[in-house]
Amino acid sequence: MIRLTDVDRIFEVGSEKVYGLNRVNLSVAPGEYVAVMGPSGSGKSTLLNIIGLLDRPTQGIYRLDDENTTDLSDHERALVRRDKIGFVFQFFHLIPRLTAAENIELPLILAGMDAKDRKRRVMEALNALGIRDRSRHRPDQLSGGQRQRVAIARATVMRPRIILADEPTGNLDRASGTEVIQILEGLNRIGISLIIVTHDPALGERALRKIVMEDGKIISDTRKA
Amino acid sequence: MKYGDTLRFAIQALFGYPARTLLVLLAMAMGVASVIVLTALGEGARRYVTQEFTSLGTHLLFVIPGRSETVGGPPPFLAATPRDLTLQDAMALTRIASVVRVAPVSVGSAPVSWRQRDREVTILGSTSDLLEIRQLSMAQGEFLPARDPFQGEAVAVLGSRVKEELFANENALGEWIRIQDRRFRVIGILSKKGQSLGMDMSDVVVIPVASSQSLFNTFTLFRIMLQAKSRQSVISAKASVIEIIRERHDGEDDITVVTQDAILSTFDRILVTMTLTVAGIAAISLVVAGILIMNVMLISVSQRQTEIGLLKAVGARSPQVLSLFLTEASILSFAGACLGVAIGYGGKWVLAGMFPSFPLHIPQWSLIAAVCVAVSNGLIFGVLPARRASRLDPVLALAKR
Repeated sequence: MIRLTDVDRIFEVGSEKVYGLNRVNLSVAPGEYVAVMGPSGSGKSTLLNIIGLLDRPTQGIYRLDDENTTDLSDHERALVRRDKIGFVFQFFHLIPRLTAAENIELPLILAGMDAKDRKRRVMEALNALGIRDRSRHRPDQLSGGQRQRVAIARATVMRPRIILADEPTGNLDRASGTEVIQILEGLNRIGISLIIVTHDPALGERALRKIVMEDGKIISDTRKA
Repeated sequence: MKYGDTLRFAIQALFGYPARTLLVLLAMAMGVASVIVLTALGEGARRYVTQEFTSLGTHLLFVIPGRSETVGGPPPFLAATPRDLTLQDAMALTRIASVVRVAPVSVGSAPVSWRQRDREVTILGSTSDLLEIRQLSMAQGEFLPARDPFQGEAVAVLGSRVKEELFANENALGEWIRIQDRRFRVIGILSKKGQSLGMDMSDVVVIPVASSQSLFNTFTLFRIMLQAKSRQSVISAKASVIEIIRERHDGEDDITVVTQDAILSTFDRILVTMTLTVAGIAAISLVVAGILIMNVMLISVSQRQTEIGLLKAVGARSPQVLSLFLTEASILSFAGACLGVAIGYGGKWVLAGMFPSFPLHIPQWSLIAAVCVAVSNGLIFGVLPARRASRLDPVLALAKR
């Protein structure tokens, strides 16, 4: 479903051109579990942003569900993000003034869903992530693990087919990090494609497919047997 | 995204930053309030003048000796002094059908004494019609009797202050006072009406016009006051007055006739202009408030970069982000305007308590204009920050932490 063909992403730093991505070819099938690893500045996050339609390739073609996304307008890309992709970030990016439930509700509000349906979906998400009793708490009243669970609930509430996670455990202790990974893996088991960018080799080992990047290039792509 | 949700999100954002919200509200409110209070003062001044003029009487004409207009031609080298207005002129004007009352007025100043007390007072010489024309009222006794104006009688009507200063608490009615070297019997005392158009009617002594002319040894009148039958007949009365006086003055147009309406409308124009000017100056503070909204919203956009990036990541389109921030700006300006209206009315109430006789009034146009300017200001100045928010690159916005 995800197919990148000869994708370049070039940043202009002053007069110099820096390759964020250099001739990247990658395809990810539905339901795959991919870990993207590599040193800082190797292009992991850039790859994730391109896949998540937050960024555009400078050159090359990115097809999502057989649709060439390079032709899409900003407006259409926003709709694709909303309907097909869920993001999980290292710093959670919850809106501090909103409660857990309201944060989870946000994508549904932006999609213009009715209040009644929204409530039902938010309840389901809260239940699925075991944070129902925290629904009225604001992010500053939640632990790191709970915050990331709220963020995952927000990423899944639109029932996307792809979850993109950028260092989802980077700001968590080991115990809650493991919990969060288990939750994400649970989502993968029900058929959602999962792409995790991480520094953590232990996390990389858990994934069924491991991609290593360096200087904007994919240098290895291995699958577990 | 539904309108209700946009509104709710914007309100939550405003409550999320209470200090910033309060400051902007206050700035906007002060702008609106100052427009409202200043126009209330201007409009009050206009009403005050109008009130003063109507308290003077209605449908009045004033005949003043001399011409106040230049008519061109060579300057008058010879015999250019205007003819005096006389009592005969005044009485001739009573012939005009559209004129109901005529009061000749002569003015002088003379020492007035009773027993040991002595004061220099303005002496008004007139007839019984003055009472109605100037809408005076009596505190005690009678006004001048309606007799032949050419017959001087030795009677006097005192202004309230003259009575107090000469007689204090003693009875003045029927007493004989001395004006210059002549004796006059006090037949009435005016009630306290206060100032009307520069002449303090409490500080005068009114005597029959013939008595005053002989007292000051003159045949000249200060002016003649006339009251027309109705508003419509003022114009025709004015024409008749000019014609009659011209006939009597050997064909010379040597008087000026001023109607009350003309004076009133002149003052009205001046004061409306003044009110608008003052309101315009106050409106500058609204613009300042608008710029403040822009600044605060710009700061808010950079503070909330990650929030904007996140909204985009979860599927917000640029127009949605734009409308969220514009909604915030318009709520700020509208709530500020409402608060300003409340403060404006509060200010009016306080001023009304301090100056109860001043007819403060908040005109409807100023309310509507202030609120409209405030809200459109907020919107106009909200566009720039909102556009900046909507154009934010989500990758860069989310990279900041």
